Amino acid sequence: MEFFKLRRDIPFMRHALAFNAVSLITFLAAVFFLFSKGLHLSVEFTGGTLVEVNFSQSVDLDDIRGRINTLGYSDVQIQNFGSTRDILIRMPIVKGIPSGEQTAKVMDKLKEANASATMRRTEFVGPQVGDELTVDGLKALACVVVGIMIYLAIRFEWKYAVAGVIANLHDVIIILGFFAAFQWEFSLPVLAAVLAVLGYSVNESVVIFDRIRENFKRLRKLQTTAIIDNAITSTMSRTIITHGCTQLMVLSMLLFGGETLHYFALALTIGILFGIYSSVFVAAAIAMWLGIKREDLIKNNSSGADFDPNDPNSGAVV
Amino acid sequence: MNRYPIWKYIVIVVALVVGFLYTLPNFFGEAPAVQISSAKSSFAVDASLQSKVQEALQSSNLTPTSLSLDVGRSLKVGFDTTENQLKAKELLQKAINANAESPSYVVALNLIPRSPVWLSNLRADPMYLGLDLRGGVHFMLQVDMQAALTKRAESLTGDIRSQLREKNIRHSGILRDGQTIEIDFKDKSAADQAVQAIKEQFLELQTAQETLNGAIKIRATLLPQSAKKIQEQALKQNITTLHNRINELGVSEPVIQQQGLDRIVVQLPGVQDTAKAKDILGRTATLEVRLVDESAEAKSAELSNGLIPFGSERFLDRNGLSVVVKKQVILTGENLTDAQPGFDNQTQEAAVHLTLDAKGARIFRDITRENVGKRMAILLFEKGKGEVVTAPVIRAEIGGGRVQISGHMNSVEANDTALLLRAGSLAAPMEIIEERTIGPSLGAENIAKGFDSVTWGFLAVASFMCVYYLLFGIFSSVALAVNLMLLVAILSMLQATLTLPGMAAMALVLGMAIDANVLINERVREELRNGSAPQTAIHNGYERAWSTILDSNVTTLIAGLALLAFGSGPVRGFAVVHCLGILTSMFSAVFFSRGLVNLWYGQTHRLQKVSIGTVWRPDSGTQAQDNSLTAISKSSR
Repeated sequence: MEFFKLRRDIPFMRHALAFNAVSLITFLAAVFFLFSKGLHLSVEFTGGTLVEVNFSQSVDLDDIRGRINTLGYSDVQIQNFGSTRDILIRMPIVKGIPSGEQTAKVMDKLKEANASATMRRTEFVGPQVGDELTVDGLKALACVVVGIMIYLAIRFEWKYAVAGVIANLHDVIIILGFFAAFQWEFSLPVLAAVLAVLGYSVNESVVIFDRIRENFKRLRKLQTTAIIDNAITSTMSRTIITHGCTQLMVLSMLLFGGETLHYFALALTIGILFGIYSSVFVAAAIAMWLGIKREDLIKNNSSGADFDPNDPNSGAVV
Repeated sequence: MNRYPIWKYIVIVVALVVGFLYTLPNFFGEAPAVQISSAKSSFAVDASLQSKVQEALQSSNLTPTSLSLDVGRSLKVGFDTTENQLKAKELLQKAINANAESPSYVVALNLIPRSPVWLSNLRADPMYLGLDLRGGVHFMLQVDMQAALTKRAESLTGDIRSQLREKNIRHSGILRDGQTIEIDFKDKSAADQAVQAIKEQFLELQTAQETLNGAIKIRATLLPQSAKKIQEQALKQNITTLHNRINELGVSEPVIQQQGLDRIVVQLPGVQDTAKAKDILGRTATLEVRLVDESAEAKSAELSNGLIPFGSERFLDRNGLSVVVKKQVILTGENLTDAQPGFDNQTQEAAVHLTLDAKGARIFRDITRENVGKRMAILLFEKGKGEVVTAPVIRAEIGGGRVQISGHMNSVEANDTALLLRAGSLAAPMEIIEERTIGPSLGAENIAKGFDSVTWGFLAVASFMCVYYLLFGIFSSVALAVNLMLLVAILSMLQATLTLPGMAAMALVLGMAIDANVLINERVREELRNGSAPQTAIHNGYERAWSTILDSNVTTLIAGLALLAFGSGPVRGFAVVHCLGILTSMFSAVFFSRGLVNLWYGQTHRLQKVSIGTVWRPDSGTQAQDNSLTAISKSSR
């Protein structure tokens, strides 16, 4: 089987401006949603109490809301969780009342509504933990970005590092934008997924950059744009298949992983889809705008004679 | 060119065998068991306990399926059914604990791996499941370090006061302001003497002098290093205290760990009665012994809520009556080594017997000698609020560190008080800042969900690879399976905690690991497309793909390490599996799969065909082969 029967290189770079415009628009939309709606942060970040309750038959949410409201806690959110028999209750921190008491009172009310109520899971997070998590999350993000930039700069050149990181940070913003636009819950596992995607989709750029470097050595007569086009076209098959395989795994998580892994898998899905787009179209285009040149990468063996056979990056001699 | 030296095959075989052995225990499942561990250091877990347990079980016709003794730690007795397990628990609780009120051994329900003995002897255990997979309670407690320091300053204030009195150094007042001790003097020589005395006696303090309107003020503060030491000790003591308290709960494998500088994580797997657990943990009590203020003003303040004399505080006792006690702390929970409920020898009233350590005993003797006929209060502080547990009258000097508190108590109250005191008081108050409860059914469901995700994802990817790349796809799939096996083996070996995000990471890492094989296979196809001989194509395909694989794995690893460094809780579980998975994938996807390919194709001298699916050539315009096998006329180099 062969999915990709490409006779000649696809002129991606001719449309670079259009691709960048598309990504800029998506990016701006994501930023807009992030600022206008904000992220729907989970209890882990905001602090508060969360109770997951299971009933033997489906329950009326309005009835439950009415009962819980008699407790007088403000801003209580009640929603179904996976099925109509499971509900999830979120409560902000109430000063002076220990979390355990809060949970116990809520459970009493629920048992009044339906005796079959069983507590499946509770979570209480104090305010100090939430702030720390946000700071740690940002630190982790900064660490990944800096780490990857340094690595790419050493392995390739600073232009590639900048291009790779911009392209993939734009993925991160877009994932966050989706979470803000649809008000999906942003929890710790989602954060992990976002960072994992960052590392993963940089792969994509690395593969293409690798090919660009090889092409610079191999195809000496070609223009930079043609070299980039060739690099993207020849790695196309691998890109799609790899991402397809990863997506198969993520899809299986989405289907079988249940509610807990739902948003995690969703973040990965968006990340993988935009990861392809950004590394193929955006990273390469930015690298092109930044003006990558043959001389940047192969200063030492610019003449064909001193070809080093031990260099793992050396191209084939055709 | 596509041959491995023999040592490379040996490495592969060894890795496979070790991986298989350590993955194996995960397939045997777990058996219900009763775990017995010592509640007090004086009762050892040894062979004699084992024979005692065996006898008890025999006498009531319960046959354990396994019995494993970990001398000094625990004795685990496995059973075939949970019914027998419960029976045995009740039976053993009675059989080995002479006194039910204060048990010498903790008997708890647990699960033990069913794996055969020879595997356990290899220390091959199943993966350690996190709370979200097995159910239980998780607490994170924050220790109030400022309170610990304030308390220390308070007790130092008292020490300085008695020291100055002993040395006849006249001062015009000692006060604690926050964590600073302020001493006022009228003349310079007394102040100098005091500074000298403090320097000699209180090594943990530093002093500063200032003169105000002729009066001299000395400010003594804790040295930074001793403040640090106090905090470390406070944390340690709190952890020990929690250990003791949790022992009372009878949990099989509690986890009590320090996290950061001022936090303690407590995980109680299998505990469902969270209210009780929290009740016991949440009793964040600190114990203090102080003298009751016996002055006339204090007495009137006690009766009429009047003005409280300087240097004293008002607390309520259990019956709601107010007691005015001096601020100076005589003893704290640190000096208490044991507390037991019992009865007064003469009156047969319920009583609590306390044992003090040497320092505590000495202080207690001095104080009681000087204050016969006066009252002494034992205070419990819970969450900053103090309560007088009891305020008995000192009848005589009490030496030897054995103290009995009696009066106004029934035996239940005596038992409660003793438990609270015995479980040790905390050196500093703590607050629960994070709490998570996972029901057992949810845990089991999470395992099933994680397992399903990995299985179906794996099957989907493997079948696609086999269809698209034929034999090379099978090699890739086998390599992927090996990757999964090695990952599980390493997790089992390290006994790293596996959580649901960890299982998600497992699925994700498999999805990412296949990237390496896709890269290789695409490269090999490309080489074939460009007209290389099969052997050369395989060789070059692997060589060329390697640098790309390395690059991409390094970037993924950077993200993984950042998560590991800054992540907490679920994120950390994810990051551990993610990082390990990337490392194992480098081995399996490149080194191992190459080994398979070499074994299959490397021996053939004039290789004609490579089964790697369609190699399509744009120049020929048609597909090279319809049978999806590549035939290349050139012979191998």
